[in-house]
Amino acid sequence: MSTPDTARSDTVWVEHVALIDRIPRSLGMAALLVGFVLAWQLLCMSGAVPAILLPTPAETGADLLFVGQNLLSGGYVLKAAATTASEMLLGFAIATSLGIALGILVGETRFGERAVMPYLVAIDTMPKIAFAPLFVAWLGFGIASKVALAAFMATFPVVVATAAGLAAVDANAQMLFRSMGASRLKTLTRLKLPIALPYFFAGLKIAAVSVTAGAIAGEFMGGGEGMGQLIRVAAGQLATARVFSLIFYLSLFGLTLFVLVGWIERKVVFWRR
Amino acid sequence: MVTNTAAGTPPAASPIVYELAGITKSYAGQRLTALERVDFVLRKGTFASVIGSSGCGKSTLLKIMAGLIPPSGGRATLDGTPVTGPRADIGMMFQQATLLPWLTTLQNVLLPIEVRDGKAAAREARPRAMTLLQTVGLKGFEASYPDQLSGGMAQRAAICRMLVSEPVVFLLDEPFSALDEITRDFMNMELQRLCAAWEATAFLVTHSINEAVLLSDVVYVMAARPGRIAEIVPIDLPRPRTLDMVNSPEFGAYVRRIRERLDTGAFK
Ligand SMILES: Nc1ncnc2c1ncn2[C@@H]1O[C@H](COP(=O)(O)OP(=O)(O)OP(=O)(O)O)[C@@H](O)[C@H]1O
Ligand SMILES: [Mg+2]
Repeated sequence: MSTPDTARSDTVWVEHVALIDRIPRSLGMAALLVGFVLAWQLLCMSGAVPAILLPTPAETGADLLFVGQNLLSGGYVLKAAATTASEMLLGFAIATSLGIALGILVGETRFGERAVMPYLVAIDTMPKIAFAPLFVAWLGFGIASKVALAAFMATFPVVVATAAGLAAVDANAQMLFRSMGASRLKTLTRLKLPIALPYFFAGLKIAAVSVTAGAIAGEFMGGGEGMGQLIRVAAGQLATARVFSLIFYLSLFGLTLFVLVGWIERKVVFWRR
Repeated sequence: MVTNTAAGTPPAASPIVYELAGITKSYAGQRLTALERVDFVLRKGTFASVIGSSGCGKSTLLKIMAGLIPPSGGRATLDGTPVTGPRADIGMMFQQATLLPWLTTLQNVLLPIEVRDGKAAAREARPRAMTLLQTVGLKGFEASYPDQLSGGMAQRAAICRMLVSEPVVFLLDEPFSALDEITRDFMNMELQRLCAAWEATAFLVTHSINEAVLLSDVVYVMAARPGRIAEIVPIDLPRPRTLDMVNSPEFGAYVRRIRERLDTGAFK
Protein backbone atom coordinates (compact mmCIF):
# COMPACT_ATOMS: atom_id res chain seq x y z
CA MET A 1 0.00 0.00 0.00
CA SER A 2 2.95 2.31 0.12
CA THR A 3 3.02 4.32 -3.08
CA PRO A 4 5.80 6.86 -3.32
CA ASP A 5 3.26 9.56 -2.54
CA THR A 6 2.11 8.22 0.79
CA ALA A 7 5.70 7.43 1.63
CA ARG A 8 6.52 11.10 1.14
CA SER A 9 3.60 12.25 3.24
CA ASP A 10 4.83 10.03 6.05
CA THR A 11 7.91 12.17 6.39
CA VAL A 12 7.96 13.61 9.85
CA TRP A 13 9.03 17.17 10.28
CA VAL A 14 10.50 17.81 13.65
CA GLU A 15 9.90 21.39 14.59
CA HIS A 16 11.69 22.65 17.63
CA VAL A 17 9.50 25.06 19.56
CA ALA A 18 11.04 26.56 22.64
CA LEU A 19 9.32 25.73 25.91
CA ILE A 20 8.25 29.33 26.52
CA ASP A 21 6.46 29.39 23.16
CA ARG A 22 4.60 26.18 23.95
CA ILE A 23 2.78 27.35 27.09
CA PRO A 24 -0.95 27.56 26.36
CA ARG A 25 -2.57 30.95 26.81
CA SER A 26 -4.94 29.92 29.61
CA LEU A 27 -2.17 28.25 31.57
CA GLY A 28 0.16 31.21 31.13
CA MET A 29 -2.41 33.74 32.23
CA ALA A 30 -3.53 31.65 35.23
CA ALA A 31 0.08 31.11 36.31
CA LEU A 32 0.82 34.82 36.19
CA LEU A 33 -2.27 35.65 38.23
CA VAL A 34 -1.49 33.02 40.85
CA GLY A 35 2.13 34.17 40.98
CA PHE A 36 1.04 37.78 41.46
CA VAL A 37 -1.41 36.99 44.27
CA LEU A 38 1.17 34.76 45.92
CA ALA A 39 3.83 37.48 45.82
CA TRP A 40 1.28 39.94 47.20
CA GLN A 41 0.40 37.55 50.05
CA LEU A 42 4.06 37.03 50.86
CA LEU A 43 4.66 40.75 50.89
CA CYS A 44 1.77 41.18 53.37
CA MET A 45 3.04 38.39 55.60
CA SER A 46 6.62 39.63 55.58
CA GLY A 47 5.56 42.73 57.49
CA ALA A 48 7.60 44.99 55.25
CA VAL A 49 4.52 47.09 54.52
CA PRO A 50 2.10 48.16 57.27
CA ALA A 51 -1.16 46.24 57.04
CA ILE A 52 -3.14 49.47 56.86
CA LEU A 53 -1.39 50.51 53.64
CA LEU A 54 -1.55 47.20 51.83
CA PRO A 55 -4.58 44.93 52.32
CA THR A 56 -4.15 41.20 51.92
CA PRO A 57 -5.49 39.50 48.78
CA ALA A 58 -8.25 37.95 50.90
CA GLU A 59 -9.37 41.33 52.27
CA THR A 60 -9.35 42.80 48.80
CA GLY A 61 -11.31 39.84 47.45
CA ALA A 62 -13.92 40.22 50.17
CA ASP A 63 -14.23 43.92 49.43
CA LEU A 64 -14.53 43.22 45.70
CA LEU A 65 -17.50 41.02 46.50
CA PHE A 66 -18.99 43.64 48.82
CA VAL A 67 -18.71 46.43 46.25
CA GLY A 68 -19.98 44.10 43.56
CA GLN A 69 -23.06 43.31 45.64
CA ASN A 70 -23.60 46.99 46.28
CA LEU A 71 -23.40 47.64 42.56
CA LEU A 72 -25.88 44.91 41.72
CA SER A 73 -28.33 45.81 44.47
CA GLY A 74 -28.46 49.42 43.31
CA GLY A 75 -26.56 50.87 46.24
CA TYR A 76 -24.48 54.03 46.41
CA VAL A 77 -21.69 52.49 44.33
CA LEU A 78 -24.12 51.99 41.47
CA LYS A 79 -25.14 55.64 41.67
CA ALA A 80 -21.49 56.69 41.59
CA ALA A 81 -20.83 54.31 38.70
CA ALA A 82 -23.74 55.75 36.74
CA THR A 83 -22.45 59.29 37.31
CA THR A 84 -18.95 58.42 36.13
CA ALA A 85 -20.26 56.39 33.20
CA SER A 86 -22.42 59.27 31.99
CA GLU A 87 -19.45 61.67 32.30
CA MET A 88 -17.36 59.25 30.25
CA LEU A 89 -20.03 58.73 27.61
CA LEU A 90 -20.74 62.45 27.25
CA GLY A 91 -17.02 63.16 27.08
CA PHE A 92 -16.62 60.40 24.52
CA ALA A 93 -19.44 61.77 22.37
CA ILE A 94 -17.98 65.27 22.44
CA ALA A 95 -14.46 64.00 21.75
CA THR A 96 -15.72 61.91 18.83
CA SER A 97 -17.63 64.69 17.11
CA LEU A 98 -15.00 67.33 17.78
CA GLY A 99 -12.29 64.87 16.76
CA ILE A 100 -13.97 64.09 13.44
CA ALA A 101 -14.52 67.76 12.66
CA LEU A 102 -10.96 68.81 13.53
CA GLY A 103 -9.54 65.66 11.92
CA ILE A 104 -11.24 66.50 8.63
CA LEU A 105 -10.13 70.12 8.88
CA VAL A 106 -6.52 69.07 9.46
CA GLY A 107 -6.47 66.06 7.14
CA GLU A 108 -8.38 67.55 4.23
CA THR A 109 -7.56 71.25 4.03
CA ARG A 110 -4.24 72.97 3.57
CA PHE A 111 -5.31 75.59 6.09
CA GLY A 112 -5.93 72.94 8.71
CA GLU A 113 -2.71 71.15 7.95
CA ARG A 114 -0.58 74.28 7.89
CA ALA A 115 -2.19 76.56 10.45
CA VAL A 116 -4.30 74.45 12.81
CA MET A 117 -2.17 71.33 13.19
CA PRO A 118 0.86 73.02 14.82
CA TYR A 119 -1.37 74.39 17.58
CA LEU A 120 -3.05 71.03 18.07
CA VAL A 121 0.33 69.35 18.40
CA ALA A 122 1.44 72.01 20.86
CA ILE A 123 -1.65 71.49 23.02
CA ASP A 124 -1.36 67.73 22.73
CA THR A 125 2.15 67.75 24.17
CA MET A 126 0.93 69.55 27.29
CA PRO A 127 0.08 67.43 30.34
CA LYS A 128 -3.66 67.79 29.80
CA ILE A 129 -4.48 66.58 33.29
CA ALA A 130 -2.96 69.80 34.62
CA PHE A 131 -5.94 71.65 33.17
CA ALA A 132 -8.29 69.92 35.65
CA PRO A 133 -8.36 72.78 38.21
CA LEU A 134 -9.05 75.24 35.41
CA PHE A 135 -12.03 73.26 34.17
CA VAL A 136 -13.40 73.14 37.71
CA ALA A 137 -12.89 76.89 38.06
CA TRP A 138 -14.66 77.52 34.76
CA LEU A 139 -17.45 74.98 34.93
CA GLY A 140 -17.96 74.40 38.63
CA PHE A 141 -18.01 71.26 40.74
CA GLY A 142 -20.85 69.61 38.83
CA ILE A 143 -20.67 67.05 36.05
CA ALA A 144 -19.79 69.64 33.37
CA SER A 145 -16.17 70.08 34.45
CA LYS A 146 -15.64 66.29 34.46
CA VAL A 147 -17.19 65.88 31.02
CA ALA A 148 -15.09 68.72 29.68
CA LEU A 149 -11.83 67.26 31.00
CA ALA A 150 -12.70 63.80 29.65
CA ALA A 151 -13.51 65.29 26.24
CA PHE A 152 -10.38 67.43 26.31
CA MET A 153 -8.17 64.43 26.95
CA ALA A 154 -9.86 62.18 24.41
CA THR A 155 -10.21 64.58 21.46
CA PHE A 156 -6.61 64.61 20.31
CA PRO A 157 -6.24 60.89 19.62
CA VAL A 158 -9.35 61.08 17.42
CA VAL A 159 -8.08 64.13 15.54
CA VAL A 160 -4.68 62.62 14.89
CA ALA A 161 -6.11 59.25 13.85
CA THR A 162 -8.70 60.77 11.53
CA ALA A 163 -6.15 63.04 9.88
CA ALA A 164 -3.71 60.13 9.45
CA GLY A 165 -6.50 58.06 7.91
CA LEU A 166 -7.36 60.79 5.41
CA ALA A 167 -3.69 60.97 4.42
CA ALA A 168 -3.56 57.20 3.88
CA VAL A 169 -5.41 57.34 0.55
CA ASP A 170 -3.12 56.12 -2.19
CA ALA A 171 -2.35 58.23 -5.22
CA ASN A 172 -3.94 55.74 -7.64
CA ALA A 173 -7.33 55.89 -5.97
CA GLN A 174 -7.18 59.67 -5.92
CA MET A 175 -6.29 59.72 -9.60
CA LEU A 176 -9.21 57.39 -10.27
CA PHE A 177 -11.60 59.77 -8.54
CA ARG A 178 -10.13 62.74 -10.36
CA SER A 179 -10.57 60.94 -13.68
CA MET A 180 -14.22 60.36 -12.79
CA GLY A 181 -14.62 64.10 -12.32
CA ALA A 182 -15.43 63.67 -8.64
CA SER A 183 -15.81 66.84 -6.60
CA ARG A 184 -13.72 67.36 -3.49
CA LEU A 185 -16.70 66.56 -1.27
CA LYS A 186 -17.48 63.37 -3.22
CA THR A 187 -13.85 62.29 -3.03
CA LEU A 188 -13.96 62.89 0.70
CA THR A 189 -17.17 61.04 1.40
CA ARG A 190 -16.87 58.20 -1.10
CA LEU A 191 -13.13 57.55 -0.93
CA LYS A 192 -11.17 59.21 1.85
CA LEU A 193 -13.54 58.77 4.78
CA PRO A 194 -14.07 55.03 4.19
CA ILE A 195 -10.29 54.60 3.91
CA ALA A 196 -9.85 56.60 7.12
CA LEU A 197 -12.37 54.49 9.09
CA PRO A 198 -9.95 51.88 10.50
CA TYR A 199 -7.62 54.67 11.65
CA PHE A 200 -10.56 56.56 13.11
CA PHE A 201 -11.63 53.53 15.14
CA ALA A 202 -8.09 53.05 16.41
CA GLY A 203 -8.30 56.65 17.63
CA LEU A 204 -11.67 55.94 19.27
CA LYS A 205 -10.15 53.04 21.20
CA ILE A 206 -7.50 55.33 22.63
CA ALA A 207 -10.22 57.88 23.37
CA ALA A 208 -12.23 55.22 25.24
CA VAL A 209 -9.31 54.82 27.62
CA SER A 210 -8.64 58.55 27.83
CA VAL A 211 -12.18 59.47 28.91
CA THR A 212 -11.88 57.21 31.97
CA ALA A 213 -8.74 58.99 33.03
CA GLY A 214 -10.31 62.37 32.30
CA ALA A 215 -13.52 61.71 34.22
CA ILE A 216 -11.68 60.36 37.29
CA ALA A 217 -9.12 63.15 37.28
CA GLY A 218 -12.01 65.60 37.16
CA GLU A 219 -13.71 63.89 40.06
CA PHE A 220 -10.52 63.95 42.10
CA MET A 221 -10.74 67.73 41.98
CA GLY A 222 -13.78 67.45 44.20
CA GLY A 223 -17.51 67.87 43.94
CA GLY A 224 -19.47 65.32 42.00
CA GLU A 225 -20.65 61.94 43.14
CA GLY A 226 -18.73 59.62 40.85
CA MET A 227 -16.33 56.77 41.38
CA GLY A 228 -13.43 59.19 41.62
CA GLN A 229 -15.08 60.76 44.63
CA LEU A 230 -15.52 57.35 46.26
CA ILE A 231 -11.89 56.51 45.59
CA ARG A 232 -10.78 59.81 47.05
CA VAL A 233 -12.81 59.29 50.21
CA ALA A 234 -11.69 55.67 50.60
CA ALA A 235 -8.05 56.63 50.14
CA GLY A 236 -8.48 59.42 52.68
CA GLN A 237 -9.73 56.86 55.19
CA LEU A 238 -6.88 54.54 54.26
CA ALA A 239 -9.49 51.97 53.18
CA THR A 240 -7.01 50.60 50.67
CA ALA A 241 -8.97 47.43 49.90
CA ARG A 242 -11.88 49.64 48.90
CA VAL A 243 -9.65 51.71 46.61
CA PHE A 244 -8.50 48.57 44.87
CA SER A 245 -11.97 47.21 44.29
CA LEU A 246 -13.29 50.58 43.08
CA ILE A 247 -10.40 50.78 40.60
CA PHE A 248 -11.20 47.27 39.47
CA TYR A 249 -14.84 48.06 38.66
CA LEU A 250 -13.86 51.38 37.16
CA SER A 251 -11.49 49.68 34.76
CA LEU A 252 -14.41 47.58 33.56
CA PHE A 253 -16.04 50.77 32.19
CA GLY A 254 -13.12 51.69 30.00
CA LEU A 255 -12.82 48.09 28.91
CA THR A 256 -16.52 47.90 28.02
CA LEU A 257 -16.29 51.07 25.96
CA PHE A 258 -13.13 49.75 24.29
CA VAL A 259 -14.74 46.42 23.42
CA LEU A 260 -17.89 48.16 22.21
CA VAL A 261 -15.87 50.34 19.84
CA GLY A 262 -14.07 47.25 18.55
CA TRP A 263 -17.38 45.50 17.97
CA ILE A 264 -18.83 48.46 16.05
CA GLU A 265 -15.61 48.65 14.04
CA ARG A 266 -15.93 45.05 12.90
CA LYS A 267 -19.52 45.74 11.82
CA VAL A 268 -18.73 48.97 9.98
CA VAL A 269 -15.33 48.19 8.47
CA PHE A 270 -16.48 44.81 7.25
CA TRP A 271 -13.98 44.69 4.38
CA ARG A 272 -10.99 44.61 6.69
CA ARG A 273 -11.29 41.23 8.31
CA MET B 1 0.66 43.79 -46.74
CA VAL B 2 -2.71 45.40 -46.08
CA THR B 3 -2.85 47.92 -43.28
CA ASN B 4 -5.53 46.84 -40.85
CA THR B 5 -6.64 48.61 -37.71
CA ALA B 6 -8.22 47.09 -34.66
CA ALA B 7 -11.61 47.78 -36.18
CA GLY B 8 -10.57 46.52 -39.57
CA THR B 9 -10.61 49.85 -41.42
CA PRO B 10 -7.57 51.61 -42.86
CA PRO B 11 -6.55 54.39 -40.44
CA ALA B 12 -6.06 57.07 -43.05
CA ALA B 13 -9.74 56.89 -43.98
CA SER B 14 -11.13 57.20 -40.45
CA PRO B 15 -11.71 60.50 -38.64
CA ILE B 16 -9.30 61.98 -36.13
CA VAL B 17 -10.40 61.26 -32.55
CA TYR B 18 -7.52 62.64 -30.54
CA GLU B 19 -5.03 65.27 -31.53
CA LEU B 20 -1.95 66.43 -29.65
CA ALA B 21 -0.26 69.58 -30.90
CA GLY B 22 3.05 70.76 -29.44
CA ILE B 23 2.41 69.36 -25.96
CA THR B 24 5.15 70.31 -23.52
CA LYS B 25 5.30 69.81 -19.79
CA SER B 26 7.69 70.89 -17.11
CA TYR B 27 6.78 70.14 -13.52
CA ALA B 28 7.07 72.96 -11.02
CA GLY B 29 10.40 72.85 -9.23
CA GLN B 30 11.84 70.38 -11.74
CA ARG B 31 14.78 71.51 -13.84
CA LEU B 32 14.29 69.08 -16.72
CA THR B 33 11.34 69.27 -19.05
CA ALA B 34 9.24 66.13 -18.74
CA LEU B 35 7.81 66.44 -22.24
CA GLU B 36 8.95 68.46 -25.23
CA ARG B 37 6.76 69.15 -28.25
CA VAL B 38 4.75 65.98 -28.59
CA ASP B 39 2.52 65.92 -31.66
CA PHE B 40 0.40 63.10 -33.01
CA VAL B 41 -3.11 62.18 -34.00
CA LEU B 42 -5.12 59.12 -33.13
CA ARG B 43 -7.68 58.09 -35.72
CA LYS B 44 -10.84 56.28 -34.86
CA GLY B 45 -10.27 52.59 -34.31
CA THR B 46 -6.49 52.77 -34.03
CA PHE B 47 -4.55 51.12 -31.30
CA ALA B 48 -1.43 53.13 -30.50
CA SER B 49 1.28 52.32 -27.98
CA VAL B 50 3.98 54.41 -26.44
CA ILE B 51 7.11 52.73 -25.20
CA GLY B 52 10.14 54.18 -23.56
CA SER B 53 12.51 53.87 -20.65
CA SER B 54 11.37 54.49 -17.11
CA GLY B 55 10.87 58.15 -16.32
CA CYS B 56 10.81 59.34 -19.93
CA GLY B 57 7.39 60.92 -19.50
CA LYS B 58 4.89 58.29 -20.62
CA SER B 59 2.58 58.63 -17.64
CA THR B 60 2.88 62.39 -17.84
CA LEU B 61 1.74 62.28 -21.44
CA LEU B 62 -1.16 60.01 -20.58
CA LYS B 63 -2.27 62.20 -17.66
CA ILE B 64 -2.25 65.25 -19.90
CA MET B 65 -4.30 63.37 -22.48
CA ALA B 66 -6.74 62.38 -19.73
CA GLY B 67 -7.10 65.95 -18.52
CA LEU B 68 -5.70 65.03 -15.11
CA ILE B 69 -2.85 67.52 -15.27
CA PRO B 70 -2.50 70.63 -17.45
CA PRO B 71 0.24 70.79 -20.08
CA SER B 72 2.71 73.67 -19.87
CA GLY B 73 2.19 74.33 -23.54
CA GLY B 74 0.41 72.97 -26.59
CA ARG B 75 -3.06 71.68 -26.98
CA ALA B 76 -4.91 68.38 -26.63
CA THR B 77 -8.13 67.97 -28.55
CA LEU B 78 -10.59 65.12 -28.20
CA ASP B 79 -13.54 64.83 -30.58
CA GLY B 80 -13.06 68.43 -31.65
CA THR B 81 -13.11 69.97 -28.17
CA PRO B 82 -10.01 70.91 -26.17
CA VAL B 83 -9.29 68.73 -23.15
CA THR B 84 -9.30 71.02 -20.11
CA GLY B 85 -10.13 68.53 -17.39
CA PRO B 86 -11.39 65.01 -16.74
CA ARG B 87 -14.15 63.94 -19.12
CA ALA B 88 -16.70 61.18 -19.24
CA ASP B 89 -15.71 60.29 -22.81
CA ILE B 90 -12.18 59.38 -21.69
CA GLY B 91 -11.71 55.91 -20.24
CA MET B 92 -8.69 55.12 -18.12
CA MET B 93 -6.92 52.09 -16.71
CA PHE B 94 -3.91 52.01 -14.44
CA GLN B 95 -1.39 49.40 -13.37
CA GLN B 96 -3.41 48.81 -10.21
CA ALA B 97 -7.08 47.92 -10.54
CA THR B 98 -7.84 50.17 -7.55
CA LEU B 99 -11.20 48.63 -6.78
CA LEU B 100 -12.75 50.00 -3.61
CA PRO B 101 -12.81 47.16 -1.08
CA TRP B 102 -16.11 48.21 0.48
CA LEU B 103 -18.00 48.03 -2.83
CA THR B 104 -19.06 44.89 -4.66
CA THR B 105 -17.67 44.24 -8.11
CA LEU B 106 -20.86 45.57 -9.67
CA GLN B 107 -20.84 48.70 -7.49
CA ASN B 108 -17.20 49.26 -8.41
CA VAL B 109 -18.04 49.02 -12.10
CA LEU B 110 -20.90 51.49 -11.66
CA LEU B 111 -18.83 53.90 -9.58
CA PRO B 112 -17.98 56.34 -12.41
CA ILE B 113 -21.67 56.65 -13.32
CA GLU B 114 -22.66 57.10 -9.71
CA VAL B 115 -20.00 59.71 -9.01
CA ARG B 116 -20.77 61.64 -12.19
CA ASP B 117 -24.54 61.32 -12.53
CA GLY B 118 -25.86 60.05 -9.21
CA LYS B 119 -27.50 56.96 -7.82
CA ALA B 120 -30.50 56.93 -10.16
CA ALA B 121 -28.27 56.94 -13.24
CA ALA B 122 -26.19 54.15 -11.71
CA ARG B 123 -29.33 52.08 -11.19
CA GLU B 124 -30.27 52.61 -14.81
CA ALA B 125 -26.82 51.55 -15.96
CA ARG B 126 -26.99 48.27 -14.03
CA PRO B 127 -28.01 46.07 -16.98
CA ARG B 128 -25.19 47.56 -19.05
CA ALA B 129 -22.69 46.86 -16.27
CA MET B 130 -23.97 43.30 -15.94
CA THR B 131 -23.53 42.73 -19.67
CA LEU B 132 -20.00 44.13 -19.48
CA LEU B 133 -19.11 41.84 -16.59
CA GLN B 134 -20.44 38.95 -18.59
CA THR B 135 -18.35 39.82 -21.65
CA VAL B 136 -15.15 39.82 -19.62
CA GLY B 137 -16.09 36.54 -17.94
CA LEU B 138 -17.03 37.88 -14.53
CA LYS B 139 -20.62 36.70 -14.59
CA GLY B 140 -21.47 35.40 -11.14
CA PHE B 141 -18.99 37.72 -9.42
CA GLU B 142 -21.22 40.82 -9.41
CA ALA B 143 -21.83 40.58 -5.67
CA SER B 144 -18.28 39.55 -4.77
CA TYR B 145 -16.00 41.95 -2.96
CA PRO B 146 -12.60 42.77 -4.51
CA ASP B 147 -10.67 40.69 -1.98
CA GLN B 148 -12.35 37.65 -3.48
CA LEU B 149 -11.03 38.43 -6.98
CA SER B 150 -7.65 37.42 -8.40
CA GLY B 151 -5.37 40.07 -9.90
CA GLY B 152 -6.55 39.27 -13.42
CA MET B 153 -10.19 39.31 -12.40
CA ALA B 154 -9.72 42.64 -10.65
CA GLN B 155 -8.21 44.14 -13.82
CA ARG B 156 -11.13 42.76 -15.82
CA ALA B 157 -13.49 44.51 -13.42
CA ALA B 158 -11.41 47.67 -13.96
CA ILE B 159 -11.90 47.23 -17.72
CA CYS B 160 -15.67 47.15 -17.14
CA ARG B 161 -15.43 50.26 -14.97
CA MET B 162 -13.64 51.99 -17.85
CA LEU B 163 -16.19 50.81 -20.42
CA VAL B 164 -19.33 51.59 -18.44
CA SER B 165 -19.23 55.31 -19.34
CA GLU B 166 -18.86 54.35 -23.03
CA PRO B 167 -15.72 56.43 -23.61
CA VAL B 168 -14.52 57.32 -27.11
CA VAL B 169 -10.88 56.81 -26.21
CA PHE B 170 -9.15 54.34 -23.89
CA LEU B 171 -6.03 55.55 -22.10
CA LEU B 172 -4.17 52.61 -20.60
CA ASP B 173 -1.15 53.06 -18.33
CA GLU B 174 0.62 49.68 -18.12
CA PRO B 175 -2.73 48.05 -17.29
CA PHE B 176 -1.49 44.47 -17.09
CA SER B 177 2.13 44.87 -16.05
CA ALA B 178 1.39 43.81 -12.45
CA LEU B 179 0.01 40.47 -13.68
CA ASP B 180 1.88 37.24 -14.34
CA GLU B 181 2.87 36.56 -17.93
CA ILE B 182 0.22 33.94 -18.67
CA THR B 183 -2.61 36.08 -17.34
CA ARG B 184 -1.12 39.06 -19.09
CA ASP B 185 -1.09 37.35 -22.51
CA PHE B 186 -4.67 36.31 -21.95
CA MET B 187 -5.69 39.83 -20.91
CA ASN B 188 -3.98 41.31 -23.97
CA MET B 189 -5.97 39.06 -26.26
CA GLU B 190 -9.08 39.99 -24.31
CA LEU B 191 -8.26 43.67 -24.73
CA GLN B 192 -7.78 43.22 -28.48
CA ARG B 193 -11.16 41.50 -28.73
CA LEU B 194 -12.89 44.28 -26.79
CA CYS B 195 -11.22 47.02 -28.80
CA ALA B 196 -12.31 45.38 -32.05
CA ALA B 197 -15.86 44.98 -30.80
CA TRP B 198 -16.02 48.61 -29.62
CA GLU B 199 -14.09 50.02 -32.60
CA ALA B 200 -12.11 51.58 -29.83
CA THR B 201 -9.42 54.17 -30.12
CA ALA B 202 -6.81 53.11 -27.61
CA PHE B 203 -3.54 54.53 -26.33
CA LEU B 204 -1.38 52.14 -24.34
CA VAL B 205 1.65 52.90 -22.21
CA THR B 206 3.84 49.84 -21.86
CA HIS B 207 7.33 48.67 -20.98
CA SER B 208 7.02 45.56 -23.08
CA ILE B 209 8.13 45.72 -26.70
CA ASN B 210 6.32 42.47 -27.45
CA GLU B 211 3.10 43.78 -25.99
CA ALA B 212 3.38 47.01 -27.96
CA VAL B 213 3.98 45.24 -31.27
CA LEU B 214 1.36 42.58 -30.61
CA LEU B 215 -1.47 44.99 -29.93
CA SER B 216 -0.70 48.13 -31.89
CA ASP B 217 -1.28 49.67 -35.27
CA VAL B 218 1.43 52.15 -34.44
CA VAL B 219 4.14 52.30 -31.78
CA TYR B 220 5.58 55.60 -30.59
CA VAL B 221 9.08 55.16 -29.25
CA MET B 222 9.87 57.79 -26.65
CA ALA B 223 13.27 59.18 -25.77
CA ALA B 224 14.06 60.61 -22.36
CA ARG B 225 15.32 63.94 -21.04
CA PRO B 226 13.43 65.70 -22.41
CA GLY B 227 10.59 63.28 -23.12
CA ARG B 228 9.81 63.28 -26.82
CA ILE B 229 8.71 60.92 -29.54
CA ALA B 230 11.87 59.63 -31.17
CA GLU B 231 10.32 57.33 -33.73
CA ILE B 232 6.97 56.30 -35.08
CA VAL B 233 6.77 52.62 -36.02
CA PRO B 234 3.63 51.55 -37.89
CA ILE B 235 2.95 47.86 -37.33
CA ASP B 236 1.75 46.12 -40.47
CA LEU B 237 0.69 42.77 -39.12
CA PRO B 238 -2.67 41.20 -40.00
CA ARG B 239 -5.55 41.23 -37.53
CA PRO B 240 -6.69 39.66 -35.39
CA ARG B 241 -3.28 39.23 -33.84
CA THR B 242 -2.49 35.94 -32.19
CA LEU B 243 0.07 35.04 -29.58
CA ASP B 244 2.05 32.80 -31.96
CA MET B 245 2.70 35.78 -34.24
CA VAL B 246 5.34 36.71 -31.71
CA ASN B 247 7.55 34.02 -33.27
CA SER B 248 7.18 35.24 -36.85
CA PRO B 249 10.14 36.93 -38.59
CA GLU B 250 8.11 40.10 -39.30
CA PHE B 251 7.29 40.43 -35.63
CA GLY B 252 10.94 39.90 -34.74
CA ALA B 253 11.95 42.64 -37.17
CA TYR B 254 9.62 45.15 -35.49
CA VAL B 255 10.88 44.18 -32.06
CA ARG B 256 14.48 44.63 -33.17
CA ARG B 257 13.79 47.99 -34.76
CA ILE B 258 12.10 49.30 -31.62
CA ARG B 259 14.77 47.90 -29.34
CA GLU B 260 17.57 49.56 -31.31
CA ARG B 261 15.76 52.86 -31.17
CA LEU B 262 15.16 52.46 -27.42
CA ASP B 263 18.78 51.61 -26.71
CA THR B 264 20.19 54.66 -28.45
CA GLY B 265 17.51 56.73 -26.74
CA ALA B 266 18.35 55.55 -23.28
CA PHE B 267 22.13 55.36 -23.29
CA LYS B 268 23.41 58.00 -25.63
N1 LIG C 1 4.05 65.09 -9.95
C1 LIG C 1 5.31 65.26 -10.40
N2 LIG C 1 6.04 66.29 -9.94
C2 LIG C 1 7.31 66.49 -10.38
N3 LIG C 1 7.92 65.71 -11.27
C3 LIG C 1 7.25 64.65 -11.76
C4 LIG C 1 5.90 64.36 -11.35
N4 LIG C 1 5.49 63.26 -12.01
C5 LIG C 1 6.52 62.88 -12.78
N5 LIG C 1 7.57 63.71 -12.66
C6 LIG C 1 8.85 63.61 -13.37
O1 LIG C 1 8.59 63.62 -14.75
C7 LIG C 1 9.38 62.66 -15.43
C8 LIG C 1 8.47 61.70 -16.19
O2 LIG C 1 7.68 60.94 -15.27
P1 LIG C 1 6.62 59.89 -15.76
O3 LIG C 1 5.93 59.38 -14.57
O4 LIG C 1 5.79 60.51 -16.80
O5 LIG C 1 7.53 58.77 -16.38
P2 LIG C 1 7.13 57.36 -16.99
O6 LIG C 1 7.68 57.33 -18.37
O7 LIG C 1 5.69 57.11 -16.84
O8 LIG C 1 7.96 56.39 -16.07
P3 LIG C 1 7.62 54.88 -15.69
O9 LIG C 1 7.91 54.06 -16.89
O10 LIG C 1 8.58 54.59 -14.59
O11 LIG C 1 6.20 54.83 -15.26
C9 LIG C 1 10.22 61.97 -14.38
O12 LIG C 1 11.51 62.52 -14.42
C10 LIG C 1 9.55 62.30 -13.08
O13 LIG C 1 10.49 62.44 -12.06
MG1 LIG D 1 4.50 55.63 -15.70
